[in-house]
Amino acid sequence: MQLNITQAPRDFWGGLIYLLVGAAAVFIAADYERGSLLRMGPGYVPAVLGYALCGVGLISVVRSFLRHGDRIMPFAVKAMVLVTVAVVAFGVLARGAGLVPAVIVLVVVSAWGSQMSRPLPVALLALGSAVASWLLFTKGLGVPLQAFGAWFGF
Amino acid sequence: MDSGLLSNLALGISTAWTFSNLMYCLAGVILGTLVGVLPGLGPVATIAMLLPMTFNLPPESALIMLAGIYYGAQYGGSTTAILVNLPGETSSVVTALDGHQMARQGKAGKALATAALASFFAGTVATFLIALAAPPLADLALKFGAPEYFSLMVLGLVASIVLASGSLLHAFGMILIGLLLSQVGTDVISGTPRYTFDEPWLADGIHFVVLAMGMYGVGEIIRNLEHDEKRELMMKSVSGLLPDKEDLKRIIAPTLRGTALGSALGILPGGGAMLASFASYSIEKKVSPNRAQFGKGAIEGVAAPESANNAGAQTSFIPMLTLGIPSNPVMALMIGALIIQGIQPGPTVMTEQPALFWGIIASMWAGNLFLVVLNLPMIGVWVRLITVPYHLLFPVILVFCAIGVMSVNNSEYDVWLMALFGVLGYVFSKLGSEPAPLLLAFVLGELMEENLRRAMIISRGDPMVFLERPISLTLLVTAALALAVVLSPALRKKREEAFQEEP
Repeated sequence: MQLNITQAPRDFWGGLIYLLVGAAAVFIAADYERGSLLRMGPGYVPAVLGYALCGVGLISVVRSFLRHGDRIMPFAVKAMVLVTVAVVAFGVLARGAGLVPAVIVLVVVSAWGSQMSRPLPVALLALGSAVASWLLFTKGLGVPLQAFGAWFGF
Repeated sequence: MDSGLLSNLALGISTAWTFSNLMYCLAGVILGTLVGVLPGLGPVATIAMLLPMTFNLPPESALIMLAGIYYGAQYGGSTTAILVNLPGETSSVVTALDGHQMARQGKAGKALATAALASFFAGTVATFLIALAAPPLADLALKFGAPEYFSLMVLGLVASIVLASGSLLHAFGMILIGLLLSQVGTDVISGTPRYTFDEPWLADGIHFVVLAMGMYGVGEIIRNLEHDEKRELMMKSVSGLLPDKEDLKRIIAPTLRGTALGSALGILPGGGAMLASFASYSIEKKVSPNRAQFGKGAIEGVAAPESANNAGAQTSFIPMLTLGIPSNPVMALMIGALIIQGIQPGPTVMTEQPALFWGIIASMWAGNLFLVVLNLPMIGVWVRLITVPYHLLFPVILVFCAIGVMSVNNSEYDVWLMALFGVLGYVFSKLGSEPAPLLLAFVLGELMEENLRRAMIISRGDPMVFLERPISLTLLVTAALALAVVLSPALRKKREEAFQEEP
């Protein structure tokens, strides 16, 4: 999904991200007291950084129309989505459901992101990691995560 | 050598060379080699993952182990580079060029031994350099006021732009984003919450481990899954470990040059170890009498970058230990570890915690010795490890990252934030921006703002204060020169060439 807007897509899209982040930073920082050079308020440095980032973004976007640059290689969308979903799910499950289910879900969902994964090895890996991390982190290092959490009535 | 140095080293040795600390050092170098050998798992992610485990250790042991992981990983990275042409770490990219050619010619053992010996030599020299250079630097640092600290950090950020491999403009963008991320949380001076979106879990700001694990742990994994296929192990067996007299003669000069270059570049903030290995390789390619052999299995092409990256890894401790300023993401994690231990990094560490300071230094030498003694016989184990398929490895890394982040603040929000930074890190890498400057800026951000605002109060709002104080002026001029040099068209080409040694 290469959009051929410019000759230098990396510069263009990167610059656009800088512009958006910079503008958001400036916009939000407008609520904080600016102060003066002598007594800088909490809003001074964020605003300066935000404007500078907008500047970098602008240069990058303008430059993308003036000279050739590298293309953006295709994204590994499947891996990106699955890995992200797996980590988010771990966060949802870890306390309520417990460490064991959270680790199993994390391993199974993320492993799906590689076409090399086969069901049986993944299942073994998930079980093994769950038990090992419970032994290492909960028992060994005293991380306050129970094997099975409140959702199971523990 | 004055007696002060000797007694300091003696104190360090008595601290580091206790049985338990030597064991932590050993555990560190083994773990480090392990992750260095495994492609796709770097020292930053590993140290971030293991950081929570060191919370309960005494500070000396924690730092000794973390340091061991760092230089162990440097070493393990070259093993993978030589045996499978797959650099485990960025700093061993150039080692792969000639090292792997040697392995293909059946001289894998010789290449590995050369890497080990060159690294050990460089590590030894660099350790002594730290012992020599640190006390005067710390003395100088005690004279630092807010303007000097600010200027020093400006120099650090400029160096990270100069040393970043991608586009200069994007490195600058990354720095600004890193600085903005460091603004999240409660402003120390006024107590105003900034960029917290009224969320209580953001009131303390973003924890460094969350950002580091997101960018380097999760983001790396997504990037590695792009090349989702079987790896081949390009070697039969490792034999003929020891270099002969002829080989030794050939590697002496490159090792010496590599050590000198690495030691110098390592002190510079912004990932000196990597640049050191690239630079020393290109120098050898120009000055070596065997330059025709480069790229076809020249032993000099292994010795020079290996000594350079190990020396660089070692000397990058100098700014961290004396000024409390990280020169790369690993050092930033070390600073995090010190703070968790209740020690404020900076010039006072040497006087207030001499056992810790000199203990770390003495442990480095022990660690380097461990690496040589252990690794040559254990090559077989590492070779087997390389064959662990990545699709079985990355889910386990994710488990470590997730639990590690969760244990920092006991908060699921941190886990979700890590996922977000993972995606961000991946997207930025697709756009050709490296995460290293962002991370460095994030770590320095809070300190920079504090010192800037303090400097402005001291000078009554006159920004000339940065130019009127000699130390600060020197630092800023150095930064300006570095920028000017890297922006000049001729050198720009050279810099691009230096980073383009890939096969």
